[in-house]
Amino acid sequence: MSPAAAKLARVRALIRKETRQMVRDPSSIAMGVVLPLILILLFGFGLSLDVRDVPIAVVLQDPSADAQGLTQAFQLSPYFHPQLLRSLAPAQQQLLAGRVDGIVDIPENFARRLAHGDAQVQLLVKGSDANRARIIESYVEGAVGDWSAQLAAEGRAGGAAAAFGPVNVQTRLWFNEADESRYFLVPGLLVLVMTLIGGLLTAMVMAREWERGTLESLFVTPVRSDEILIGKTLPYFLLALAGFVLCVLSAKFLFHVPLRGSLWVLSGVSMLYTLVALGIGLLISSAVKNQLVASQLVALTTFMPALMLSGFLFDLRSMPAAVRLITRVLPARYYVAVLQNVFLAGDVWSVLLPNALVLALMAVLLALASRAVTRKRLL
Amino acid sequence: MTSGLLASLLRILALTRKELLAVLKDRRARLSLLIPPMVQALIFGYAATYDLNRVPYALLDEDHSAASRELAAGLDGTGVFERVADLARSTDMARSIDSGQALLVLHIGQDFQRQLLSGRSADVQVIADGRNSNTAGTAMGYVSGIISQFNAQWRTEHGERASAMQLIERAWFNPNLETRWYMIPGMIGTLTLIQTMMLTVMSVAREREEGTFDQLLVTPFRPHEIMVGKALPSMIVGLIQATGVLVIGQLWFRIPFAGSYLVLYAGLLLFLLAAVGMGLLLSAIAATMQQAMLYSMLFIMPFSLLSGFTTPLSAMPGALQDFTLINPLRFAIDITRRVYLEGAGFRLLLPDLWPLAIIAALTLAASSWVFRYRPQ
Repeated sequence: MSPAAAKLARVRALIRKETRQMVRDPSSIAMGVVLPLILILLFGFGLSLDVRDVPIAVVLQDPSADAQGLTQAFQLSPYFHPQLLRSLAPAQQQLLAGRVDGIVDIPENFARRLAHGDAQVQLLVKGSDANRARIIESYVEGAVGDWSAQLAAEGRAGGAAAAFGPVNVQTRLWFNEADESRYFLVPGLLVLVMTLIGGLLTAMVMAREWERGTLESLFVTPVRSDEILIGKTLPYFLLALAGFVLCVLSAKFLFHVPLRGSLWVLSGVSMLYTLVALGIGLLISSAVKNQLVASQLVALTTFMPALMLSGFLFDLRSMPAAVRLITRVLPARYYVAVLQNVFLAGDVWSVLLPNALVLALMAVLLALASRAVTRKRLL
Repeated sequence: MTSGLLASLLRILALTRKELLAVLKDRRARLSLLIPPMVQALIFGYAATYDLNRVPYALLDEDHSAASRELAAGLDGTGVFERVADLARSTDMARSIDSGQALLVLHIGQDFQRQLLSGRSADVQVIADGRNSNTAGTAMGYVSGIISQFNAQWRTEHGERASAMQLIERAWFNPNLETRWYMIPGMIGTLTLIQTMMLTVMSVAREREEGTFDQLLVTPFRPHEIMVGKALPSMIVGLIQATGVLVIGQLWFRIPFAGSYLVLYAGLLLFLLAAVGMGLLLSAIAATMQQAMLYSMLFIMPFSLLSGFTTPLSAMPGALQDFTLINPLRFAIDITRRVYLEGAGFRLLLPDLWPLAIIAALTLAASSWVFRYRPQ
C-alpha cells in the first residue's frame, strides 16, 4: 500500500469510529439537529424589536371636544393601547408598577390655550428601556403631529405647521422596506446557532479522550495527529451542516426572510464558518484537556460574544476603538456581515469577499493551532 | 431531634466545603469562574448599546445653496454624523450604501432653497441601510430631530410663528435615555446564569461519569443533603459573579443605583436558588457530561435570549410570553433593572419574587425525588 492510500485508510477508519461513537450517543445528534431547530423556532418567533400596542395612560384633565379628539387619536392608533384616566397620580402609580410605559398628560386648559396657539401636551415615558422609550416618543410625536395637521387642514386655529415644517423628511429603508426587525434578526440567529452548535459539538471530544486516557491508546497506533483531527472534525462537520440546512429552510419558509443573494455563496461561506466554529471547540478541547473547563470556556467564548459583539444587534461603528479591536478577532462578526448581505442585499462582492477571506484564514489558523496542541505526547 | 438536625447541618457544611474545594482548587477553573463575568461586563458594557455615536453618511446635494449647506452643517455639527462622501449623482447612492461605507444618504433636491424661500415646503430624502433596521431607524430618528431644529430656526429667522402645539417630553429613571443604563443591570443576572447553571449541572455529571456519585450515595449523606451540598457552592459563585458585575456598573460605568441592596440581594438569592434548582434537575436526568452540557445549553440559550435582556418581552407572541414564565432569568432581569434604576421595593416586585420562589421549590423538590429514585 502506498503511503497516501495508507493515510486514507487510517482516516477512514477513524471517521468510522467517530461516527459510530456519535450515533451511539444520541445527545450529539440532538445537539446537531434538534438544538438548532428548537433555537431558530423559539428565537425566530420570540425576538423582535418592533414596538406595537404600547400600553400608555392618557390623562384627560380637560373635558373639551378638542382634548377628546386628541385622546381619540391615541385610541385609534395601532401603536398604542391607551388607558383613560382623569388625574395624574393614579397614572404615575401605573407607571411605577410597570403596567404602562408612558403617560400622555392633556392639561385642563388645553382647549383654551389651543385657541391661542400655545397649547402644551406632556409626555412622560418610562426611560429604563431607553431604546423603547425613544421609539414611543417618536410615535407620540407622530400621533400629536398628525392630529394637529388635521386641525390645520380643517382650517382651525391652533392647527399648525407642527407636522409639516418648511423641510419635510421622506425616509426610505433600503433592503427592508417594511421595517421588519425579524428580517435582520433571523439571519443573525443563524450565526448564534451555528456558533454554538459548532463549538459545542467538538468542545468535549478531545477533552473526553484526554480525560479517559483513550487518546494515549490512539497514540501508540500508526495514526498521526492531523489524521486524528480530521477524523474528529468530519462527522461533526456533516452534522452541523444538517443543522444549518434546517435553519435556512425555516428562515426562508417559516419566517419568510427574503434570500436575495445566491444559495451557493450562502452555503460556501457557511461551510467555512462551520469549520471555524468546530475548530474553536476542537482547539479549546485539546488545549485544556478537561471537559468541565472546556465546556465552560466554549460557552463563554462563543455564545455571549456572538450575541453582543458580532454586529448582529448592536452597531459595531458605535463601539469604542478598543472594543472594535476585540470584535475583529471574533469570527462571528464576519459571518454576520456576510449573512445580512446575502439575505437582504444580495451578492455584494465588495462586502462578501473580504469577510469570506478572513473566515478562510481563521479556519486554516485554527487547524494549524489544533494540530500543534495535539502532538503525540503524553501528559 | 436537634442533634440530628445539627449533624445534618455539619454534613452539609462538610460537603459544601468539599465541593468548593473541588471547584476552586484548580487555578484555571478558579479563574474561569471569577474573571469572565467581570471582563464580559466591561466589554459588553461598551458594546451593548442601541445608541449611536458614529453615523457615517453620504451627502447628495443637488442644490448647492446656502440653505442646503446649512442643513448639512446641522448634521456635521452634532459630532455623531460623519460625512464620508459627497455624491454627485443619485446613481452613486447605491454604491455607498451597499458597501457599508455610509449608513445613510441625505439627498437634497435641486429646488430646495427656492421652495423654502417661496414659502412652500421642501422635501429632503433620507435613504438608510436597512440591513440592520433597528440601527437604521435610530439614525433616521436622529436626522428627523436635526431637521426639526432646522425648521424651528428657519421659522424664527423668517418671521413665521413657531408651532402652535408643543409636546414636552420627559423620561423617568433614565433622563438621558442611555441604553447602557438598561443593559448593564440586565447583565447582572444574564452573565451569572450561564456559569452558575453550567457549574451545577456539570459538577454532578462529572461525579456521575467518574463513578464518585455512587460512592457519595452510600455514605451517610441523605439525598437532600447531597443536593444542598451541590447547590450552595454554585450559589456562592453566582453571588460573587453578580457582585462583580454590579461593582463594574456602579464604579466603572457610573450608573447611579437607585434602590436598596437588601431588595436586590434578596431577589438575586431567589433567582440563584431557582437557577441552581433547574441545574440540579437537569443533572439528575443527564447520564454523561456531554448530555449534561447539551441539556444546559438547551435551556441557557433560550433563557438568556427570551428574557427581555436584548429585546422586549412585550414584543413576543402570547404563547412564547407564557413560555418565559418558567424562565428564572426573566424575573431576575426585571428585578435587577427595577431595583437598580427605579428603586422599586419588595411590594412592587412581588409579581417577580413569588414565581421565582415557586420555580425554586418545584425544581428542588423534583430533583431531590429523581436523585433518590433514579434507577442507575
